[in-house]
Amino acid sequence: MTETTPAGAEAEAPARRQETMLEVSGLRKHFPVRRGLLQRAVGAVKAVDGLDFSVTKGETLSLVGESGCGKTTTGRLLTRLLEPSHGRVVLEGNDITHLSAAKLRPLRRDVQMVFQDPFSSLNPRHTVGTIIGAAFKLQKMPTEHGVKRAVQDLLQLVGLNPEHYNRYPHEFSGGQRQRIGIARTLALRPKLIVADEPVSALDVSIQAQVINLLEDLQEELGLTYVMIAHDLSVVRHVSDRVAVMYLGKIVELADAKSLYSTPHHPYTVALLSAVPVPDPTRRTKRERIRLSGDVPSPLSPPPGCRFSTRCWKAQDICRTTEPPLAALRTGHQVACHFPENTEATAPA
Amino acid sequence: MSEFFLELKDLRVHFPTADGLVKSVDGLSFSLERGKTLGIVGESGSGKSVTSLAILGLHKGAQVSGEIRLGGQELVGASPEEVRLLRGKRMAMIFQDPLSALHPFYTVGQQIIEAYRLHNKVTKQVARKHAIDLLARVGIPQPQSRVDDYPHQFSGGMRQRAMIAMALSCDPELLIADEPTTALDVTVQAQILDLILDLQAEFRSAVVIITHDLGVVAELADDILVMYGGRMAEYGPAAEIFEQPRHPYTWGLLGSMPRLDRERSDRLTPIPGTPPSLINVPPGCAFHPRCGYAERTGGASTTVVPELADDGSGHRAACHLALETRKRIWESEVRPNL
Repeated sequence: MTETTPAGAEAEAPARRQETMLEVSGLRKHFPVRRGLLQRAVGAVKAVDGLDFSVTKGETLSLVGESGCGKTTTGRLLTRLLEPSHGRVVLEGNDITHLSAAKLRPLRRDVQMVFQDPFSSLNPRHTVGTIIGAAFKLQKMPTEHGVKRAVQDLLQLVGLNPEHYNRYPHEFSGGQRQRIGIARTLALRPKLIVADEPVSALDVSIQAQVINLLEDLQEELGLTYVMIAHDLSVVRHVSDRVAVMYLGKIVELADAKSLYSTPHHPYTVALLSAVPVPDPTRRTKRERIRLSGDVPSPLSPPPGCRFSTRCWKAQDICRTTEPPLAALRTGHQVACHFPENTEATAPA
Repeated sequence: MSEFFLELKDLRVHFPTADGLVKSVDGLSFSLERGKTLGIVGESGSGKSVTSLAILGLHKGAQVSGEIRLGGQELVGASPEEVRLLRGKRMAMIFQDPLSALHPFYTVGQQIIEAYRLHNKVTKQVARKHAIDLLARVGIPQPQSRVDDYPHQFSGGMRQRAMIAMALSCDPELLIADEPTTALDVTVQAQILDLILDLQAEFRSAVVIITHDLGVVAELADDILVMYGGRMAEYGPAAEIFEQPRHPYTWGLLGSMPRLDRERSDRLTPIPGTPPSLINVPPGCAFHPRCGYAERTGGASTTVVPELADDGSGHRAACHLALETRKRIWESEVRPNL
């Protein structure tokens, strides 16, 4: 993935914009909390509470946020491992929001998921060949030279030895297991891959290998990625656009370059300033924004803006009126009554 | 009396297993003064966590040789009773995952009080007040009521603060923090790192922070020790390790991380291969199978374990390549590509 100049990006964008891979509107997932003998619903965990975004073909959109922000749940909603409570998920023009399992099955060829934990996401009792080959059998996909050959080609594609076809997951390292997981998702030549924290369980030196692999595959196979991650340095490296989530909502959505250079939402600003930088000389100079307290519970999010309880600029309106996700002049979308760094967006 | 509170000399920790001898730590030496922070950096299997467990005497079934001196007292070979008296009182540890490190059946207050009363003859009331003071000191709101809460009733960041309170209850002179923020969100991580720095200044503790995160170590450490395959690869002042690293493994770590403070690069430069097995540590230099400069050592890297050589100013590295060669490689080949 190479950086394009602003002019180049503008020229490319209209053509890409015509091919929307995924369109999400008003997406909500509420998990009911049940109490008592009769299991009455006494409340709901509003894990995802109103998301609107689209993903263009060939791009990498990242969802970032801290624990409880709803990013993992969002990933599962996009792959229909969970069914939304409200709203719509439209994949290449097909509304998949409430499709039955049978109707979803053919579409599962197009959307696949890479999971975070390379240890629990592979069946320890199946060989690697069985794990990757299962996709072909389940989808009754025809192969040119048989399933075994197709699987070996995939192992090669992700940088593993095709002769390890008959080995079990425990015989591989964490990084190699993650590659197996990636090979599995590629079996059916999907168009969209949702990667949930694909490298956070790996050592630093292995992370770089897997990140490079994902990028190479995207270029070779024309893949679209939705990346879910909390490591902001990794996210900046791999993403075209980034959506920052907080307590079930998107608070900022922008192209990666602008988000990191001029963040507008106070939460994004705080998040970026909290990342420890590997430069000891910066230690005393950097002004870090310290957020007080913890993230509120998704069982009872604060009224008004959800970030108001921890925001240093919160005013009365913030505590009563929820700010909508609105586009600034630069194309940045921010949900804030008093966004930061807005001088940067003022016309020259 | 030595100015160093903690001194390790040629520490070896080996575990005999059915598959062979696991050489988790294989010849580690370093010293640490009070008021200073040492960052131990390494990936899985580098031996960093076993080092801290060995210092605290928490290894079971291990063959330990070498010296560990805590305030002049030798720990290797000391009886379990002697070490138990020191643990909590003169040295304490903060573990990685507070949810698994804190006992789920006891309140946080009970766990802090237990540690305090083990080393101090005080009444329960006095100990309870101390626990409440500590919880307040680590920034837990409403400590008088939270002291009676169970670990699961705290959020991740609060649990970690509670664990820090427990570790500090007896004012230990040495604090070991093993990946204290890995399980936490980045904004909470920032709070915890600030807390550790403040408390260190207040208690003048010697702090060892063990982590794989170079950003965290840059924030906290005065000196950095890079471990690989159970051995020391490089050691030096933090600024020097980042600006003038002298070991190919350190170069590899710095090159494989995406960084927010640099221009976005097109491609990361990973270290090829995987960390070594500690049962079958590669002969010679443990890093040679993954090192891009191994051929320049004339075969020494595959047969001879490199000595840790000091460059004269306290910056040490274990590499067969000559110091001048490494300086040149860093300036001309590695640094421009970071």
